[in-house]
Amino acid sequence: MMRFLLLFSRQGKLRLQKWFTTYTDREKKKVIRDMMMLVLARAPRSCNFVQWRDLKIVYKRYASLYFCAGLETQDNELLSIEVLHRYVELLDRYFGNVCELDIIFNFEKAYFILDEFLMGGEVLETSKAAVLRSMEDADTLQETMEEYMSKPAY
Amino acid sequence: MSDVVEKTLTALPSLLSLDSQPGSAKLSSTSKLGNLIRGITELASKHEEEKLIQRELTSIKEQVSSPNTSMRQMKELMVRSIYCEMLGYEASFTYIHAIKLAQQGSALEKRVGYLAVSLFLNESHELLLLLVNTVLKDLQSTNLIEVCMALTVVSQMFPKDMIPAILPLVEEKLNHPKEIIRRKAVLALYKFYQIAPNQVQHIHNKFRKALCDKDPGVMTASLHIYLQMIQENPEGYKDLAASFVTILKQVVGGKLPMDFNYHSVPAPWLQIQLLRILSLLGKNDQSTSEIMYDVLDESLRRAEMNHNITYAILYECVKCIYTIHPKSELLEKAAKCIGNFVLSQKINLKYLGLKALTYVVQQDPKLALQHQMTIIECLDHPDLIIKRETLELLFRITNAQNVTVIVEKMLEFLRINKDDYTTTDLVGKVAELAEKYAPDNEWFIETMNTVFSVGGEMMQPDIPNSFLKLLCEGFDSEEEDRKLRQFAVDSYISLLQGEPGKLPQRFLQVISWVLGEYSYLKEELESATVLRLLTKLLDSKNTSSETKSWVLIAMTKLCAGGAGVSVAQELSEAYSSSLDTVLRQRAQELQHLSQDSEIRARVLSRDGLDSLEVDSSLSFLDGFVSEALAAGAAPYKPPHQRQEELAQSKALSLEPYGLSLPISMSACSITDRQSPTLLSISSGLSGDSTDLSHKGGSTTLKLDGVKRVWGKEGYLAQRELLEEAAHVEMPSPLRSPIQQGEAEGSHSQTPTPTPTPEPEQEKQQLASSLFVGLGSQSSVCLMGKSELPPQRFRRKAKSPGSSSGSSELSSNSTLSPPSTVDNLLCNNLLDSNTPSELDVPSPEPPPQLSQDLSTANGTCDVELTDTDLKESEPTLIRDNGVLATEDLDKPRDLCLSSHLPAELSGLCCSEITHLCSHQSLQLSTCHVQRDKSVVLVVFIYNSSDSDVQQILLKLDSDQLEVLCVCESPVKEVRSDSVAVCQYTLTVRRPSVHVEVAGMVSYMSPSGTPQSVQFSCKLPLTSFIRPLTVSTEEYGAMWLEFSNDTKQNLTLIGDGRESLTATLNVLKKKLQLHVVEIIGMEGIVACRLLQDHPCLMHCRVHAGTLAVWLRSPVADLPDCLIYHCQRALQEH
Repeated sequence: MMRFLLLFSRQGKLRLQKWFTTYTDREKKKVIRDMMMLVLARAPRSCNFVQWRDLKIVYKRYASLYFCAGLETQDNELLSIEVLHRYVELLDRYFGNVCELDIIFNFEKAYFILDEFLMGGEVLETSKAAVLRSMEDADTLQETMEEYMSKPAY
Repeated sequence: MSDVVEKTLTALPSLLSLDSQPGSAKLSSTSKLGNLIRGITELASKHEEEKLIQRELTSIKEQVSSPNTSMRQMKELMVRSIYCEMLGYEASFTYIHAIKLAQQGSALEKRVGYLAVSLFLNESHELLLLLVNTVLKDLQSTNLIEVCMALTVVSQMFPKDMIPAILPLVEEKLNHPKEIIRRKAVLALYKFYQIAPNQVQHIHNKFRKALCDKDPGVMTASLHIYLQMIQENPEGYKDLAASFVTILKQVVGGKLPMDFNYHSVPAPWLQIQLLRILSLLGKNDQSTSEIMYDVLDESLRRAEMNHNITYAILYECVKCIYTIHPKSELLEKAAKCIGNFVLSQKINLKYLGLKALTYVVQQDPKLALQHQMTIIECLDHPDLIIKRETLELLFRITNAQNVTVIVEKMLEFLRINKDDYTTTDLVGKVAELAEKYAPDNEWFIETMNTVFSVGGEMMQPDIPNSFLKLLCEGFDSEEEDRKLRQFAVDSYISLLQGEPGKLPQRFLQVISWVLGEYSYLKEELESATVLRLLTKLLDSKNTSSETKSWVLIAMTKLCAGGAGVSVAQELSEAYSSSLDTVLRQRAQELQHLSQDSEIRARVLSRDGLDSLEVDSSLSFLDGFVSEALAAGAAPYKPPHQRQEELAQSKALSLEPYGLSLPISMSACSITDRQSPTLLSISSGLSGDSTDLSHKGGSTTLKLDGVKRVWGKEGYLAQRELLEEAAHVEMPSPLRSPIQQGEAEGSHSQTPTPTPTPEPEQEKQQLASSLFVGLGSQSSVCLMGKSELPPQRFRRKAKSPGSSSGSSELSSNSTLSPPSTVDNLLCNNLLDSNTPSELDVPSPEPPPQLSQDLSTANGTCDVELTDTDLKESEPTLIRDNGVLATEDLDKPRDLCLSSHLPAELSGLCCSEITHLCSHQSLQLSTCHVQRDKSVVLVVFIYNSSDSDVQQILLKLDSDQLEVLCVCESPVKEVRSDSVAVCQYTLTVRRPSVHVEVAGMVSYMSPSGTPQSVQFSCKLPLTSFIRPLTVSTEEYGAMWLEFSNDTKQNLTLIGDGRESLTATLNVLKKKLQLHVVEIIGMEGIVACRLLQDHPCLMHCRVHAGTLAVWLRSPVADLPDCLIYHCQRALQEH
């Protein structure tokens, strides 16, 4: 089971955080700090797996963004790399040529996609089409609502 | 794909300034969030950012609390505050509004509300209770999106206590027509199962329905639950093995819709999940394993595409193959597969290859030999992770011959390592190895010195403890003990003369203890010198006060005689005014003991600690306590009772029963630091299943391994690696003459006589010293070429119940790599000159029996003197400890129950079960419940024509006390007759099932000694009797008992009578005494034989029976609740 998923930039800015088990705020901060220190310091082309405390850390860099997942000991590292990759694929499909900016400005969307893809730290939907379909469902709803309330917000 | 992102990002600055750029249309750049983000990007310093965010937060705060803010605006505000929180600024004032948004917003706003809640709060946050109603409402909504959102948030975070409130609704969703809803419901239940397993127990059959769902996605989701349940209880799901195999076959055969493919591999996630389940089911179970051989073979065959995902499947496949009952063909293929991983140029695969090797190496050490050059390269890999994993692998193959080299490598790594967790782990491993395989005193002490100085404060406390224990308890030989202690003293004196300020506190404590205890062993060493050194420690600024008290204790032991006393007086004066009370006490002790040599001799005798007896009940305080009580003091209450009374006095406790168990495994395990030794034991368990057939099968020596790998091109080509390897340290010739000899020996036998280049030679030497004694060991022994040095520090037998550290140690030694066991076996084989015996495959002995090395030894002896070799195969298997419980093919229609002793007939008696058969003897057993005891009856039936003599039946159990009833035990059984032995059993330590292990040895008619082992299990319920007490007595007892458990049980029947009905079932099945039923509450009492009471308080609440058990015996409530559950389920 995945314990957490973090997205952060090369500069050490957190872009997305998802916790699949209970952590206190202090623990979260510590994990985030440790992950950034650990992962950002890795030389290019070194192993994508790191051991941190009793967790396996799997990370992958896409352009300037690091995707970093904390796994339990019995999890399969290679498979998790593919989970990260599938998530990137999903983001890419949804945003069309996704870049870090998409995730910065529409981070709530990134969260929604993640919720359709992973649930409770396990893969919920492996089919790309299905995830996007459920995203679209929700988006149509949004569009109709936005048309409806197309007046300025304030 | 990443290239595209890269390109996009290079355009970042222009994107930010030009909104009209095509790609940026979807960036909501005009929104307030956009402005905020842009604002932050433009700032230069952290300080400015802080100011900006604070401004932003103030404005958000104003708007959220304004009554005019619409939900739509609220959504926007929420997104902004999520952003601020992500940057690390607290926005706790928005939490309540997030909940409100989830409550009142329309679909989309609700979604943001839920998202904000799940990001802001965690499971234990009190505000979460306010969300329960919203979730309930949304679960009942007709809008599918709302239902989905509710299920998502439920699986994300939900207060444990509130699960019962929504459970029926979630369960209902398992039948929903939409598969996405069913899938989410299954995963939500999975989450519930993780955090509160007892609450979803009753829906196990619904999980089965989910497993059979027509949508493969729902089925996949249900596998998560199954994996977890099977992990906890593999026995309970063996019947599903065939179904899982069928599913896997279909998946591998590409029968699933294309949608499930990932990079044209069919449903990899599903495949891996299934492989994991299969490996759990097939472990130690031959018949189940046999079902899966085909599909595993097919998986290996199909997964050939060169993509990460296929490697992931392969890796899981290999692990599975090595976990289940072995099949040689598959093992071969798996080994080849591991080879592909290890030799891969991709670093990720190499890493996993090492991991796989580590996993299998104890079963198949030859595999490590094959890859020894790769392993050595990995040892010098620039990536520390690879290095670390290699050390883990080496740790597994350590034996008495290569220990010095491996430990040296580990210490080398420790010196450059910066990660605390790794240090703690590795230090533990080094200490374990040092203790197990140390070649000599000098090495041992020096290694431990390094362990203490590197490990420092990060070390597990059991390492110094067990080290000191080892020193003080000593080994088999007095002389050796003395030498070891002397050496330790020598070494510590020289350390203290150096720079003691640099040593960690823990180490200083060890040093001072050893000096205090053993410096008298060095006659030329004056105690004044030692005292001076210790005083220096006391004066040092860096010494902590804990260490100082250790030092003072050491001085107390040393201060006898002229100079000592004056030093002691000075010090005790200095410290008797210390602010630290412990130090002050130590100073007082020092003062008094240094003056009065008589008391000193009595208190600090040099005989060691064995003579000390600890009065754990503190009975010497009884007088004091009774005086205090008489003077009107309040009686002592244990902490939990105090707390409870406090809670009761506050009176607002509406819910006396927690609705769930308080511990969530997944939640707490991140902070748990398992002891490294424990870790290594558990990970070592899998490797424990040493299979002789793999190891002893071939007689190839390790030299072959060297040669083979030597010739490989891959290795020779890597020049730059070779250069690095030049730094590889040689095993120091002084310390390891054996290894050196081995290395040279292997070198001279290498068939290529051409001189190899220098670095390669070094590598090769390193290889031969690392891999010495691996795999080839048994063959070496057989040929009588070398003798393994005996394990040095063999501990004396210790009394049971000593500290956990020691029990760990003893189990360590039994779990040690094959060497010790092999050695025993081989020596025996050598004696009798029947080496071919090694080829007989011996199935893995069950752990409880294999622990006893001496038994294994003994049975082996018996086997070898057995002249009747035709029969030896099956008996060998049996003698190795496999219970022949299934061996029922012989006709067994004798009526054993008629042999039941007269005094036991008519009592409640269990079914007679077959224990084991051996040649002509058949053993069966039953147990009879008497009022005050449980009697175990063992029937020995001799079916042969001749009498069997010298029968000796031994029973033993950890959990039980076994007493033989008859005074003269059975000695012989006449042909075709039955002998009966009786034993009374008393529970020593309650557990759900108690187990008795036994061994019967006898002289067969042909005059050869034989022995068989067996074991039988009894449920704890056999030991439970009703306890007749009145309600008042019950009340008084309730408060006294300290161990309790709470749980919810299912009620039987419904309506008013359900409580009575449920209690009656329990009463009938478990022999409980129902004291009284008042309305919706009932109290029940029982006792565990002889007289351990257990009280049970039941209350009907929300359709379940909330049960609270209390007892003075630790595990009794937990065991009893288990049986209650079972009893109700069976009903």
